[in-house]
Amino acid sequence: MQCGPPNAPCGRWGGEKILEALVYLCGFSAIIFVLGIFVFVFKEALPVLTNENFSLSQFLFSSDWYPTSESNKRYGVFAMIAGTVSVTGLAMVIAVPFGLGAAIYLSEFCGQKTRETLKIVIEFLAAVPSVVWGFIGLTVMSKLIVQYTGAPVGVNVLNGGIILALMSVPIIVSISEDALKAVPDSYREAAIALGVTRWQLVWRVLLPAAKQGLLAAVLLGVGRGVGETMAVLMATGHAVHIPHSVLDSVRTLTANIAAELGEAPAGSDHYRVLFLTGVLLFTITFGVNLIADTIVRGIRRK
Amino acid sequence: MNSAAGHVLFVETPAVRRKLRQEALAKWVFCAMAAAMVVPLLLIVGYLVVRAAPSLNLEFLLEVPKRGMTEGGIWPALIGTIYLVFISLAVSAPIGILAAIYLNEYARDNWFNRVINLAVINLAGVPSIVHALFGLGAFVYAAKFGYSIISASLTLAIMTLPVIIASTREALASVPQSFREACWNVGATRWQTIKSVVLPNSISGILTGVILQVSRAAGETAPVMFTGVVFFKSIERGDLFPYYLNEQCMALSMHLYTISTQVPGVKESIPYATAVVLLALVVMVNAAAISLRVYLRSRQKW
Amino acid sequence: MVNVTASENHIEVRELRLSYGVKEVIHGISFDIRRNEILGVIGPAQSGKTSLLRCLNRTIDFTPDTHVSGTITVDGEDVRRVRNVYALRRKIGMVAPLPVGLPLSIYDNVAFAPRSAGLNRKGELDLMVEQCLRQAALWDEVKDRLDSLGTKLSGGQQQRLTIARALSHQPEILCLDEFSIAIDPVTTMRIEDVLKELRRHMTIILVTNLTQQARRLADRTMFLWKGEIVELDTTNVIFSDKPRDSRTRDYVEGIFG
Repeated sequence: MQCGPPNAPCGRWGGEKILEALVYLCGFSAIIFVLGIFVFVFKEALPVLTNENFSLSQFLFSSDWYPTSESNKRYGVFAMIAGTVSVTGLAMVIAVPFGLGAAIYLSEFCGQKTRETLKIVIEFLAAVPSVVWGFIGLTVMSKLIVQYTGAPVGVNVLNGGIILALMSVPIIVSISEDALKAVPDSYREAAIALGVTRWQLVWRVLLPAAKQGLLAAVLLGVGRGVGETMAVLMATGHAVHIPHSVLDSVRTLTANIAAELGEAPAGSDHYRVLFLTGVLLFTITFGVNLIADTIVRGIRRK
Repeated sequence: MNSAAGHVLFVETPAVRRKLRQEALAKWVFCAMAAAMVVPLLLIVGYLVVRAAPSLNLEFLLEVPKRGMTEGGIWPALIGTIYLVFISLAVSAPIGILAAIYLNEYARDNWFNRVINLAVINLAGVPSIVHALFGLGAFVYAAKFGYSIISASLTLAIMTLPVIIASTREALASVPQSFREACWNVGATRWQTIKSVVLPNSISGILTGVILQVSRAAGETAPVMFTGVVFFKSIERGDLFPYYLNEQCMALSMHLYTISTQVPGVKESIPYATAVVLLALVVMVNAAAISLRVYLRSRQKW
Repeated sequence: MVNVTASENHIEVRELRLSYGVKEVIHGISFDIRRNEILGVIGPAQSGKTSLLRCLNRTIDFTPDTHVSGTITVDGEDVRRVRNVYALRRKIGMVAPLPVGLPLSIYDNVAFAPRSAGLNRKGELDLMVEQCLRQAALWDEVKDRLDSLGTKLSGGQQQRLTIARALSHQPEILCLDEFSIAIDPVTTMRIEDVLKELRRHMTIILVTNLTQQARRLADRTMFLWKGEIVELDTTNVIFSDKPRDSRTRDYVEGIFG
């Protein structure tokens, strides 16, 4: 084919090809980074897996964590797993109803202006740095907890749970709101035409129809909770033991890494076990996010 | 009610009144749930500001910490945070935007690009402490950057990358497909189309997404505390260029963690003031992003 | 610039098949388009009209998961083997069903294609923009506000702007894909006048859902149905009492489709 109008360059502008190559390269970068993260974290952890003093089942199921003991080093993170589960679980117990309620209010009840304002506040809630949340837990919340529950220390599961709930509410609200919006208006109209109240509408029509999206919202909240570090480091106390009540102090997997990585000499078993904890966290959040995303995608397609 | 017989149908009966009550109740319950997240946040912020008041002045921003960080200001941490934020975004914004261009404009729907999408989602879900482990393994040790501003910024860059990719994609996707087709029809190349029509019309959304990452990068603690941020570094008061890129620096988020958990005898208002400065930073950045969005939306061209 | 071949056929389509995924939408059609004629293409929705145009200028390449076989030649060259596909698209003007004013100024809308092709001299561009807008019968309405946004024009004006843009790269072939569905009848008639003017120096493919429009404008008319050519003949025959295929008569008389 000959070139079109006069002066038209026959080939393409050379710089454009370079730019497009760059676009492709950057496009692939996400894969490189994810693989990089896994490889580097796993590589640092790998030697300890082949160490004869270390057993994976002890790592996962024992709550003996004595990484600096002279005679009998033991690396069991079960107490930390229990810590993560209890704090995240409590956070979800608080955040899910409130987040859902807020999402329902936003999408079904409030006016345009209130909605815009609330959304800005929620966006702000999402942007508060985790270290500030931790600080709030350490100062404000712990005082309140000591005052109202009479617990000996204010930094405990309850504190971490409340803080984490406040942190995960924004994501629960925004995904739930999407899910509720995805319910066709015809459902609403049909229900209202039958003369039901809005309470019944929410309970009988919207929640069942938006079920999957709400599940995804909860899962993303869990993902956020499991991965959160600084806030739980500061707000849950530092006790490595399995909690028996919400007023016990605990330590989570993330907080454990944050607290001890600085003191573990590079290359020591202790250091490698902390990386192994990282691999564990990576795997958990990977699974949770993957499932949540599959669900969200399914909803968007509808 | 002494109306004509035809109106009897619409007279309130006890059942109707009950329904109306239910209706109102539903609204208030959900409103209260939304308020339950918003009100405590405002109360807490108010409390922090009140407690911080004695230290909140310009001097506090410009002064260096004194007497083992128990007095003085936050200048080295503030300037360190600015360094980290700018370098990390200077790396992640171009890569993220180009990656989003690839995913939205070039990528076909095949397994490879589905894997890329998966990688982006997964990258967004990686806990911050795992990013820290990666930064330590990859940048500090493997790439031999040591504990430095470079290592910390690169770690932050990878952390902010997926969010920038997601927000940029959303902005690009909001440009109608018909514009692209019109450009292709007159013989414009893909890149010409992107450059002259797609990017100019999505730049507001892209910028908003990048700006929002400023507050995220400024607030993160875990990824930088093991890669290049130290408790204390002695610099001149008000010095704008105190750090070399291969050195360690201080950062606001880490400083808040340090003085609220590690240093005894800090003047009471200082940690509060540090938290308030961090919050103010986040509020300002979010406000800037929101006003940019509103302004550019008002100038939308179609 | 034009390598005129012995044949007077401007475009030749042979055994063209197109499928989206596993679903074949064009089932091996063959026909010719003569130089400087208006070919009307009629047929109900989903009969492959738009897909045919997209094969012609190869924007079908942008749709994932398509498979094309057979040949389309323009001036004797196989479009699927063309290396400079951008030059091919500049040779073919394309007007989409819905008017698309790009979010640029009116001037930039028309100057977009020449600029993409590397023409940057202000004087030439000015001349070109004015000429194209005049040809599209839009110049008088917009000459005082060339800097305002193309997207702010009315639907009919935007459609003429789209035509002006399609003319701006001096195409030899102009394809109009149901250009009148979004505009009022009066504007449609104005554009039809424009087309009668343009046919003197270009080949026009007029895909339309208004059978009467094809009757008014086209030299020959093709009835495409479910990806197959039911009938292709001079417009007089197609709209006469005795087309060869009874389905054609039923369709143009509004009995089915």
